[in-house]
Amino acid sequence: MSNMINITIDGKKVQVPAGSTILQAAQTVGIHIPTLCHLDLHDIKMVNQTASCRICVVEVEGRRNLAPACATPVAEGMVVHSNTLKVMEARRTVLELMLSDHPKDCLTCAKSGECELQDLAELFNIRNIRVSGTSMSTYKKDISPSIIRDMDKCIMCRRCETMCNQVQTVGALSAVNRGFDAVVATSFEAPLNETVCTYCGQCVQVCPVGALTEHDSTWEVVEALNDPDKIVVVQTAPAVRAALGEEFGLEPGSLVTGQMAAALRRLGFDYVFDTDFAADLTIMEEATELVDRLTRHLNGEDVPLPLLTSCCPAWVNFIESQYPELLDIPSSARSPQQMFGAIAKSYFAEKLGVRRDQMVVVSVMPCLAKKYEATKFEDDNNQDVDYSISTRELANLIKRMNMDLKELPEEDFDDPLGESSGAAVIFGKTGGVIEAALRTAYEWVTGETLENVEFEDIRSTSYGLKVAHIKVGDLTLNIGISSGLGNARALLEEIKAGNPNNLHAIEIMACPGGCVNGGGQPYAHGDMKKIQARQAALYREDCGKPIRKSHENPSIKKLYEEYLVKPNSEKAHHLLHTQYTAKERV
Amino acid sequence: MADTKMHVLVCGGTGCLSSNSSDIVDNLIAEIKAAGMEDEVKVLKTGCFGFCEKGPIVKILPDNTFYTQVKPEDAKEIVAEHIVKGRKVERLLYMDPEKEQHISDAKHMDFYKKQMRVALRNCGFIDPDNIEEYIGRDGYQALAKCLTEFTPEQVIEEVKKSGLRGRGGAGFPTGLKWQLARANDADQKYVVCNADEGDPGAFMDRSILEGDPHSIVEAMAICGYAIGASQGRVYIRAEYPLAIKRLENAISSAREYGLLGDNILGSDFSFDIEITFGAGAFVCGEETALLRSMEGNRGEPTTKPPFPAEHGYWNKPTNVNNVETFANVPVIFLKGADWFNKIGTEKSKGTKVFALAGKINNVGLIEVPMGTTLREVIYDIGGGIKNGKKFKAVQTGGPSGGCLTEKDLDTPIDFDNLVARGSMMGSGGMIVMDEDDCMPSVARFYLEFTEEESCGKCTPCRIGTKRLSELLKDITQGKGTEEHVKELKRISQVIKDTALCGLGQTAPNPVLSTLAAFEDEYMAHVKEGRCPAGKCTALLKFFIEADKCKGCTLCARNCPVGAISGEVRKPHAIDQEKCIKCGACMDRCKFGAIVKH
Repeated sequence: MSNMINITIDGKKVQVPAGSTILQAAQTVGIHIPTLCHLDLHDIKMVNQTASCRICVVEVEGRRNLAPACATPVAEGMVVHSNTLKVMEARRTVLELMLSDHPKDCLTCAKSGECELQDLAELFNIRNIRVSGTSMSTYKKDISPSIIRDMDKCIMCRRCETMCNQVQTVGALSAVNRGFDAVVATSFEAPLNETVCTYCGQCVQVCPVGALTEHDSTWEVVEALNDPDKIVVVQTAPAVRAALGEEFGLEPGSLVTGQMAAALRRLGFDYVFDTDFAADLTIMEEATELVDRLTRHLNGEDVPLPLLTSCCPAWVNFIESQYPELLDIPSSARSPQQMFGAIAKSYFAEKLGVRRDQMVVVSVMPCLAKKYEATKFEDDNNQDVDYSISTRELANLIKRMNMDLKELPEEDFDDPLGESSGAAVIFGKTGGVIEAALRTAYEWVTGETLENVEFEDIRSTSYGLKVAHIKVGDLTLNIGISSGLGNARALLEEIKAGNPNNLHAIEIMACPGGCVNGGGQPYAHGDMKKIQARQAALYREDCGKPIRKSHENPSIKKLYEEYLVKPNSEKAHHLLHTQYTAKERV
Repeated sequence: MADTKMHVLVCGGTGCLSSNSSDIVDNLIAEIKAAGMEDEVKVLKTGCFGFCEKGPIVKILPDNTFYTQVKPEDAKEIVAEHIVKGRKVERLLYMDPEKEQHISDAKHMDFYKKQMRVALRNCGFIDPDNIEEYIGRDGYQALAKCLTEFTPEQVIEEVKKSGLRGRGGAGFPTGLKWQLARANDADQKYVVCNADEGDPGAFMDRSILEGDPHSIVEAMAICGYAIGASQGRVYIRAEYPLAIKRLENAISSAREYGLLGDNILGSDFSFDIEITFGAGAFVCGEETALLRSMEGNRGEPTTKPPFPAEHGYWNKPTNVNNVETFANVPVIFLKGADWFNKIGTEKSKGTKVFALAGKINNVGLIEVPMGTTLREVIYDIGGGIKNGKKFKAVQTGGPSGGCLTEKDLDTPIDFDNLVARGSMMGSGGMIVMDEDDCMPSVARFYLEFTEEESCGKCTPCRIGTKRLSELLKDITQGKGTEEHVKELKRISQVIKDTALCGLGQTAPNPVLSTLAAFEDEYMAHVKEGRCPAGKCTALLKFFIEADKCKGCTLCARNCPVGAISGEVRKPHAIDQEKCIKCGACMDRCKFGAIVKH
């Protein structure tokens, strides 16, 4: 075939399509060329090809200098040597140069064990750094509620920048300064919380070193658990159960719902609840809002459409800072995390007969933006959710307590805030929230029972942008689904342009693929198959649930009967809804 | 110029302007008017004559009288004596240092004798702000010829035949570059002129833009025709205000004359030029970084391939050439590719402009045929080393180049010879060093420059140049060991092999080339704690030679730290513990009794 290129790598003949890189060609014959800055996430249309670290250099015959394998296209007849002594010496020296300007605090580094630079130092058996230079970069640590930027550790791979600018189109990060002082920074080097950063955490997810990490809250949680005067309640988000197992060596996509509940109970939480409960609650509120807006729209009223889901705090941050003119269209429903916190510290606290400040609500989330979101909602100087920890932090807590998740029995969540439907668990995947809403809205609008609850058209997308047309009785609902903020931007631009596709509802998740790929999930290290395995796991869990529609959740019914009266009631509004404010950010 | 009898040309380059050449022009005009000769004598502010050492320069035509170091108040005498009475003002003529004679005709000056001005052909001859003068010297005829007599392919063929290679540094064949850009189909292509001259001491591009901006406009239009581009961009550093002004002026006059814009000279070819300002980053002289900067992005190089000829400005096929390269293009069409091809060496054709600087008598801008030897440049044109000192090395190619020594003096200068000797042509900086220059310090100077100017993108350049500069700092401060020298070599080699762009790949050249020729000097620093050139203060010791000391006490009284003691009329001594090596004693001593080593 004419568009195939023949090259030789380390004596092996390789045939690859034209346009392939040496790195890709090497991979096809099992030659592993080490890389650092390179990151190929083509599933979400991101390839970080800055070729800046120079670790992957190889010898190409006839070329005067070494070539970066990650960014050098193959050419017919090319002869490549990936493992000569010259290459080894170059890689070693480049690595030593990098290490000479990198803090050696692996003992206390949040990335230790997951650090790609550490892996390379190990691979090359670096025992001393021959480069005798003494200066080290020094930058001020930037501590936001969600993300900590420790730019002394930045190796200028620029993955975060590519992610933030190209995939998420947020534009919070960019390289600044020259030479040794060059670093990835925010505009005017402002702290993250003054920038357009949405805290989606995708930068943390791709950072190969400890320059970008989550704001850890595990010790605060341990202290709360140790406090005999506190009742500590935990909620876990849907996506957590599909990824936590990876931290314990289980296959990606292993469901560990029961073991996780057991672990949380053994960690000392007084009540082990489920954010899924609150997801069902969210559907009650959001579907009511959708049906209401639709009905009024059909009656000729001028109502803001499409309705945008509002479960994702990073997405809310995005619209507040980037599209302040569209703030009337998102649903006013708070996210499941916050609905849970509000209900736990009102309804459930009242049931227990304790004051809200005697209760500590901890959330386990796949997300870093949730940490920030938790600080936004409080009553009487007491946050509805006191601490939000990531999936990674929970895994760490479990290990710290000498437990192996694999060895734990499967246990159930506690009642009443632990009961949930299958609709709730798919909240963790792109398309899941809107599917859950449709299951309920369908029955409310048509008055008929929805037999097949799985909306295949919606399910068909793993990443990216999708428009689906769903029959609800006589009505065809035009549904937009987007994951990744770049895709969200595309949909918002469409709405600004007058909503030509007449979309009625849009679900947006900030992270590509949904919460299963959140900034707080176990590091995928560029392996998108893990993300798809987690997505599939959530559908499996949904499938196995006896109740698959939110409005059929008996605990939810009871909550309305006993406390909230009905969706969108005054009390519900007070506890479960919010308002959006435009944010001026750089 | 027809009805005027005499032309007075005053250098209006940046150097001479800063020595008040504008006032000279005003005074000359006023005096000529007062003498009632304004119809016969025309005063022109031209571009640079190149002989910056002796500026401001005033040249009078037709007799080719060359006045040097003219002051505004000299205008009166020049007009009264030379212009009115026809008597040359002897005291302002150039004095040949060897023959100790005044030379009146510039043609007889050694500085000009061996020069051949192709790229600088109009600099110092025409008023750069007047398009008529450029046209008067065959300007825009090359463009007209291309549009009427040649197909674009033939234009490229002609440039290829001329053997012209890029003057920006690497010497890539210009015709081939144009061909590659032509070969890529696109709805829009671009011609970019790289005027982001940034090598320390280099100012040839500035001088061309200041002295002959139309040659660039014309060449870019020819290039546009050849590659099929209708858009040209000049990326020029904002620190060149005069060049920018003259270029803007040239572009707008060319538009008025129909030499830019739609259907140039009645042809189907349309072309226009816009100017983009650089923000002062050296790395933006690298073509991919330049294009990113033009797009409004951070000025950072990107991996090649893809080359700009494929994916350039806004991802469109783009041809980037530097100013001097373009300045050669019109001549190729005026005098023929064969004429051009006969100048120079086998693989380097034409001439090269050099900015001659350092410890040399005739500092300035020169242009010589390729193949001229360093000896001719330094001794014949440059007038030899200042103050009769001994030649040590010449640094060519700026921060990317290296040092050449005595043994290289008879090497014919061309692209390949310089590279073979561990240096490079670069943009044409040439800094001459004498016996007082310390080579590790020279290397340190350049590394501090590249360290500062590295964009910081790739590891070897971002951290490697920093480490090299730290090692050199240690060595020149007496803290070096033999390990330092070993490490310099090792890191230099890896940077050369692995850095992303030309800046990084060539950054170690000053280190490697000085190490190759002067390793003994490095070793003296690290093994003996001695700086042979006497430059590294930290390694110096000041001594009083007892036999020469008269005991006048002047040194002791001037020592700021009281390190010198001794009785009157008896030899003094320096307390090495206290001495801060400021050299005040040595400067004051009237008997040459104080030495340093």
